[in-house]
Amino acid sequence: MAMKGKNCVAIAADRRFGVQLMTLSTDFQKIFEINPRTYIGLPGLATDVQTLSELFRFKTNLYKLREERDISPKTFSHMVSSTLYEKRFGNYFCEPVIAGIEKDGSPYICSMDLLGCINHAKDFVVSGTASSQMYGTAEGLWEPELEPEELFETIAQAMMSAVDRDASSGWGVIVHVITQDGVMTKTLKARMD
Amino acid sequence: MEALFGITGKGFVLTASDTTMARSIVIMKHGEDKSRVLNKNTLMMYTGEAGDTVQFAEYVQRNVQLYGIRNGVPLSAHATASYTRRELAKALRTRNPYHVNLLIAGTDPKTETPELYWLDHMASMVKMPFAAQGYASYFCMSTMDRYWKPDMTLEEAKALMQKCIDELKIRFIASLPQFTIKIVDKDGIRDVQL
Repeated sequence: MAMKGKNCVAIAADRRFGVQLMTLSTDFQKIFEINPRTYIGLPGLATDVQTLSELFRFKTNLYKLREERDISPKTFSHMVSSTLYEKRFGNYFCEPVIAGIEKDGSPYICSMDLLGCINHAKDFVVSGTASSQMYGTAEGLWEPELEPEELFETIAQAMMSAVDRDASSGWGVIVHVITQDGVMTKTLKARMD
Repeated sequence: MEALFGITGKGFVLTASDTTMARSIVIMKHGEDKSRVLNKNTLMMYTGEAGDTVQFAEYVQRNVQLYGIRNGVPLSAHATASYTRRELAKALRTRNPYHVNLLIAGTDPKTETPELYWLDHMASMVKMPFAAQGYASYFCMSTMDRYWKPDMTLEEAKALMQKCIDELKIRFIASLPQFTIKIVDKDGIRDVQL
């Protein structure tokens, strides 16, 4: 899940890794730093989460060498989109969420389907098995022009309530709040049962 | 019906793999060692489709050894696991993917930190303090959840491994009479008895 705030954005994910109903790990990484102002969340089939995160690290490293600057969130989301659509027939099972701060300081969020169709939103985007629950909680809690601390509280509560209503997600939540000055990362203990 | 276990302790990983080779309802062989030594401090255990398993494990084994010879530095357990995952993931979207489930156990000879990686046939990789592969995981992950603690001694880890094997004897429909138990620590890999 990603949310916009006032000159800030937040991205959050749960930390469960499991095969069907058996939980195997509770510190699985689904959100990856692309650069200090751009983060990507990759919910979906675990093998594709790992393959894609490696692929995007490779592609953004090359981009940085060629352009001598960090990739902007908007450009990056189009890179992700094309990467997914390249595999139109035989796709990756992953629906990414991207959050970042543009060069001019404006917040940027978007989500994508597994073929790379980009969805922009003015408030929040959600993805994953608990997406219907997240729509409900985020719709109820989100307000415009939230400060970083308020945004953290909003996304944390929205995530925790949502994942508790979904059997196949939860076991802790990680939140990144991205501002002009830097990133605040917090791991939350949710219901661990 | 195959089973693999790995338990990390203080400076070592204790591993167990069952030794029965079955095809359909027939047991073809007892006493098969379902593991390959990748380098001095890394062990790979495998289950899955017969043929794929040994082929894939030996392919990885030789490439890991080649890396060690070329660079004069052995590949770490994490690097080995990442390389293995990559190879599995590459094969996944071809016409003939490997149907192999793995546990990779390693201990860094300098820092003595034990590492255990769990990989499935779709090439998901997770690092775990204790792990089981196959139907055994349905029975024994809870046993290990209950009794595992950080920095276990070898004796404690052996006792826990025995608990897991006993649990299979009680609740699991297939009989797995014998296990190969190995320990991976800074001195290398060797067989032990429970």
